[in-house]
Amino acid sequence: MASVKVDVHHITRVEGHGNIVIDVDNGELKQCELQVVEAPRFFEAMLRGRPFAQASHITSRICGICAVGHATASLRATEKALGVEPSPQTVLLRQLNFFGEILDSHILHAYMLVAPDLLGAGSVIPLARSAPEVVLRALRMKKLAGDLCAAICGRHTHPIALAVGGFTHYPSRGDLETLRERFTAVRSDVDATVELFQKLRLPDFDRETEYLALRKPEEYCFIDGEIASSDGGSWPVEHYREITNEYLVAYSSAKRTKHLRDAYMVGALARFNINFERLHPKAKAAARALGIHPKCTNPYLNTAAQVVEIVHCVEEAVRILDQLLAQGFAWEEPVKPSRLSGEGVGACEVPRGTLYHHYRIEEGKIAAANCIIPTGQNLANIEADMRTLVPKILNRKSEEITLALEMLVRAYDPCISCSTHMLEVRFE
Amino acid sequence: MATRPKVAFFEFTSCEGCQLTVVDSLQTHPELLDAVEIVRFREAMSEQGDDYQVVFIEGSCSRPADEEQLQAIRQRAGVVIELGACAHISGVNAIRNRQDLTDVRRYVYGDHADWFATYPARPIHAVIPVEAAIPGCPIDRNEFLRVVTTLLQGRLPQLPDYPVCVECKLKENVCVYQRGRTCLGPVVRAGCDAICPTYGEGCEGCRGLIPAPNVESLLQVLKEYGLQPDQAQAQMTEFLTYSMMEREAASNGKR
Repeated sequence: MASVKVDVHHITRVEGHGNIVIDVDNGELKQCELQVVEAPRFFEAMLRGRPFAQASHITSRICGICAVGHATASLRATEKALGVEPSPQTVLLRQLNFFGEILDSHILHAYMLVAPDLLGAGSVIPLARSAPEVVLRALRMKKLAGDLCAAICGRHTHPIALAVGGFTHYPSRGDLETLRERFTAVRSDVDATVELFQKLRLPDFDRETEYLALRKPEEYCFIDGEIASSDGGSWPVEHYREITNEYLVAYSSAKRTKHLRDAYMVGALARFNINFERLHPKAKAAARALGIHPKCTNPYLNTAAQVVEIVHCVEEAVRILDQLLAQGFAWEEPVKPSRLSGEGVGACEVPRGTLYHHYRIEEGKIAAANCIIPTGQNLANIEADMRTLVPKILNRKSEEITLALEMLVRAYDPCISCSTHMLEVRFE
Repeated sequence: MATRPKVAFFEFTSCEGCQLTVVDSLQTHPELLDAVEIVRFREAMSEQGDDYQVVFIEGSCSRPADEEQLQAIRQRAGVVIELGACAHISGVNAIRNRQDLTDVRRYVYGDHADWFATYPARPIHAVIPVEAAIPGCPIDRNEFLRVVTTLLQGRLPQLPDYPVCVECKLKENVCVYQRGRTCLGPVVRAGCDAICPTYGEGCEGCRGLIPAPNVESLLQVLKEYGLQPDQAQAQMTEFLTYSMMEREAASNGKR
């Protein structure tokens, strides 16, 4: 019987550093852990006592990749706590800004982290030499996504003009017209992206699990909505604690979650499974081309779901830009809070899944804060996948087992910054 | 540095947004990859070399294990550059330095607080000597490119020693104070092209204080513009907690 030990040190950043530890003794899986060894950040504790207007600026610093998502969830929590109803124009601009972040993050993940594995390159740098057109296309698309955020909120990492009740700056009509032109032109790059991933073969592996995502009746939801489960049922976001049920394990400074089963999944694949009907027709066509159908239970196809979302976000960005240009937009001062104390939960679908911010505000200061981050919600599910996957691939070479596990963790896009890299892989 | 210098990137307690900004700089300057040899950069590559001359460090030192790694990096590297506010002035990580750390850990991790080691967050130069810093949260893409160019010429970069207000005036922005908000621009180091005031938000201090800042005068201005003392303190400590605590310690030392 096979005995295998896998110890991948610093595999992936999950808001930082993580390790994979697998111990199989005589065919029996003794240990299967995704350890998070990142230095704790303590944002929830640091928020206490800060003026409410600082909360979105401080919490965007939780993550350089989903800074807009954190800021937006933070603003929604504060606005609900203080009775602020943002204007329809604010809602539209925030949504447009959000597409910029989803695109930026998904392009980085699909092209720079996943594609090298599938194209047989060690990383994006050798890939830039062997397939420069692929890397240049990715950089071109990513730049457009970043420029969209820059026009609306100053920069993607970390947004400036997003404020409680609205914006402190607006793009010019010329900015929007230029973006409209560039987003129309980028469609050929989007088509090429679908074609590329159509050719690449993602590993086969299926495991039933629960999928959770925010849902709205009328749109493929990224901001607000209610929490929906693939196992049935939906809940207001205020009930997030009953859904996430956070718990700690000693080997991880990131908390874990579970709902109806031992684990659940959030992110592009979960959104795809729950909100498929609300995707743009072109995105649905891309899904067909990529061979992904709801309900899809192969976590490796999270990357394919991201490609589908790239198509959706580009088409929706064009639609919103058209709408803004047609209806015109005005300089609005941010809506002022109607009270200075209250409690609110903000929820968004950031690139890696559902993000919750929950604040209690007293006399204009944050009195209590809780943030639940998508990667934490996925950890238990990744481990459950590993427990199912490892016994199936035990007969393979050590390097192949490690690569399969790394690719699995990477498919969840745990935190782009590090998910490419493993420092040491030891087999004993 | 006549040949392509070997460059490594490391991160400690941070969001990695500065390294992401480095990746973004490749969108407009892919030739960077021809000018240097990157031997370690987890965000973008698999190779993990230990032979390097120039190191960029993102993040604060916030636990004992970080110190050992920093010492090892210092021994190998010829030039160490702090990358961004967390490394340069401890940034938002230092907010907790004024709080009771036992309470902070318990607030986030409950009964399991002692599972996770931590202590007050410090900038990198508080642990090992560094040659230079690129300030900001996140770093400014253009400033990063300027620093790399300077290093390639065999020189160390100099930071602007004048405040954000200078750049803000050059951009002909309406003063944030005139728009009903407050701003730390008068005492904070320039180099960001006054990006926050340009987008309607007051300077939050992420690039650190200028040499010999008149903080007392700024506090007076904040008061005149209607901030209560605790609100002014909150503004001065979003990014500047470590710097303000250093100032307090220095002034206590003088007494």
